[in-house]
Amino acid sequence: MASLTLDQLAIGKEAIVTRLVCTGASRRRLMDLGILPGTHLAADFASPLGDPVAYRVRDALIALRRAQARQIEIELLQGGQP
Amino acid sequence: MTGHSSAACESCPAYNQAMLKKLGVNVEAVDYVVALAGNPNTGKSTLFNALTGLRQHVGNWAGKTVARAEGGFSFNNKRYKLVDLPGTYSLLSTSTDEEIARDFILFGQPSVTVVVVDATRLERNLNLTLQILEITDHVVVALNLIDEAGRHGIRVDERHLARKLGVPVVPMAARKMQGLPELLQAIEQVATGAYVTRPHRIQQRDPGLDHALRELETALLREFPDLPNAQWVALRLLDGDASIEQALRERRLGDLSRGQASAPAADALALEIAS
Amino acid sequence: MSAESDLLQIAARLRSGLGEDYADRVMEAIFTEAAQIADSSVTRDEKKARLTLDRMLDRVLTHPIGGFAVMGLMFFVVFWITITGANIPSQLLADLLLGTVYTALHSLFAALSAPAWLSGLLIDGVYLATAWVVSVMLPPMAIFFPLFTLLEDFGYLPRVAFNLDRLFAGAGAHGKQALSMMMGFGCNAAGVVATRIIDSPRERLIAIITNNFSICNGRWPMLILMGTIFIGAAAPPALASLVAALSVVAIAVLGIIVALLVSGALSRTWLKGETSVYSLELPPYRPPQVIRTLYTSVIDRTLIVLWRAVVMAAPAGAVIWLASNIMIGGTSIAGHLVNFLNPLGLLLGLNGVILVAYIVAIPANEIVIPTILMLTLTLGRNIAGAQPGVMLELDDSQVYQVLTQVGGWTLLTAVNLMLFSLLHNPCSTTIITIWNETKNLKWTVTAVLLPLSLAFLVTFSTATLARWLGLA
Repeated sequence: MASLTLDQLAIGKEAIVTRLVCTGASRRRLMDLGILPGTHLAADFASPLGDPVAYRVRDALIALRRAQARQIEIELLQGGQP
Repeated sequence: MTGHSSAACESCPAYNQAMLKKLGVNVEAVDYVVALAGNPNTGKSTLFNALTGLRQHVGNWAGKTVARAEGGFSFNNKRYKLVDLPGTYSLLSTSTDEEIARDFILFGQPSVTVVVVDATRLERNLNLTLQILEITDHVVVALNLIDEAGRHGIRVDERHLARKLGVPVVPMAARKMQGLPELLQAIEQVATGAYVTRPHRIQQRDPGLDHALRELETALLREFPDLPNAQWVALRLLDGDASIEQALRERRLGDLSRGQASAPAADALALEIAS
Repeated sequence: MSAESDLLQIAARLRSGLGEDYADRVMEAIFTEAAQIADSSVTRDEKKARLTLDRMLDRVLTHPIGGFAVMGLMFFVVFWITITGANIPSQLLADLLLGTVYTALHSLFAALSAPAWLSGLLIDGVYLATAWVVSVMLPPMAIFFPLFTLLEDFGYLPRVAFNLDRLFAGAGAHGKQALSMMMGFGCNAAGVVATRIIDSPRERLIAIITNNFSICNGRWPMLILMGTIFIGAAAPPALASLVAALSVVAIAVLGIIVALLVSGALSRTWLKGETSVYSLELPPYRPPQVIRTLYTSVIDRTLIVLWRAVVMAAPAGAVIWLASNIMIGGTSIAGHLVNFLNPLGLLLGLNGVILVAYIVAIPANEIVIPTILMLTLTLGRNIAGAQPGVMLELDDSQVYQVLTQVGGWTLLTAVNLMLFSLLHNPCSTTIITIWNETKNLKWTVTAVLLPLSLAFLVTFSTATLARWLGLA
């Protein structure tokens, strides 16, 4: 089964990062922002046009475009639906 | 200045506001160079302005202070040059901002590096702090936005934090000019060596990496015996960091170990466009 | 072999022995320790932990309907305050600098029995152009920049970038381009500098080249004048001011659309490339420090931009005066130029005077209208008592009279002038700033010629269409 990626996380839901799919500069960038395996993330709210989405990461609000969020594999918390 | 500067406060030795002289852009014949580093949005430039009396505009942005800003102040009859570095999340990537900040801490050899830390988002901010502690021993942590943290119901045990990091931690609210005297005192103590720091170094590495690092570090120290941050340089060389390799080829690392740092290549503002 | 290359070889050998992801493991180690230290140092009062006010503000300011409504309102209010608030101080400055001081300077030069050419060159040329630019530019900038900075300090502008990002993503551009564009509505040079917040070179270049399509302070007065005396006047009197305002807003919105289209075209052709990692931190809202903001933005932005404009306006003033007063074969240099450019101007639905004015106004767009009036009057039938090369102030109805009766302007001239003003090349201050920021001749030239060709293309098309439809 394909694993869940961050762009599939519904607003208001929380998840743990399991893997960063990207490499190189974009991987570094995500890690600089504090997004790496084991990091706790919450989808807080979406832009009025649907993309990007603001995520709460280590007490900060970080907006990521869907294209980036797709490169972050996650595991849902609280066993809910994505 | 601070709303509660009562007579009792003024009598305590820490309250030395009168001994702070803002020197603006006058940075000649300085005794110490102080670098100001930190994540974006931590109030770094506010602190810079408060200490130097300059009015650098602060934006709510990553990378707003793209070039370095310099200013001066004098405290207890010693003259300090303050260098405001670009706000960065890390020193390990290769953006222009991060290179300017890192090169200055590494090659500019500041007497003290003040890391401005957002008390409301300590975990994120400690990432940069730990990286800076890998490069230099002479660090003071300015635990800023302590008032905002209070409003958010966040309390930081600064003594515990100072013990963990091995460097002074000064809680402050730069926008309200709170904590400035204590910060100045800490900067002075670290600059003069009155306070001997025992900086935290990253421990948890896998054995393979640890072994490789130790081998490269030993080789580095054989060539440059006085290199103050050999482990960090070794880590960057392992990572294939082009600018550190360049510094090595130009023997700027050698200069570093002999204490005569060359000017950092900080004005690399121009865009590098692949044609 | 040197010790240095020895060391590099050791590093390379050791690197190959490590796994691909060891750099990740280093970062993980750092973050893990950061988390441990933070956890042991921080205690939280869970009841206060989530700042409800911040969350509420975010709900409203990024709401699908409310978010856009607030954005439109903010945009409107900032410009409304800027335009109306600048009127009175602009008038006072103009009365002082173009009236009292101007007259006093002439009396002084007369008392010193200075030759007419000298007082003409220095007072009517250099001084008047500089004074005009100061009185037109200073008040709106002194209002616009602090307002903008207050919104920035409050933390609102990152939300604007967040709201609009999808449009910019569609154009292959960076979301933060929305902010450099907003800055450009004050001053394009400041807008170009503001692109520094974009960390990818490709997307930053797109933002630099398209910043010109944000109408800067220097261009607003002319657009408002054209909108008022030509377009508003064509509507029924009751609706005149509304139609005038709408025509100006339409040009501004057209500018945003053009910026997005050109960004999209660039990112699909010359500046093709991967869209860089986009991350935007939405900082917590902070009460803006009003007094400090007023001080810093006046010192930092307003005075610096104004100084650059003054440095450019002074020599431009001298050039206008000389060109209008040096005669070759019975006609002034300006006259020759106008006659030479007139066929091209008419082809574009403009005229020779307008094109000459735009050449003269390369240093600062503010002097377009005074230059047009001055050249129209001195080259045509003189009905308002103008001297060659002297910029003068007329009220709106006089301007209308001069332009239509002496200059032969039509509605098409006014509309095309507005379009040309929106699209044409950036001013010299902005060009120098682009050079400073890119240090690349090719891109600086592109940033000049691309908008200029677009301006020619669009005005030529509208003029041709109008003629074809028998409207002009």
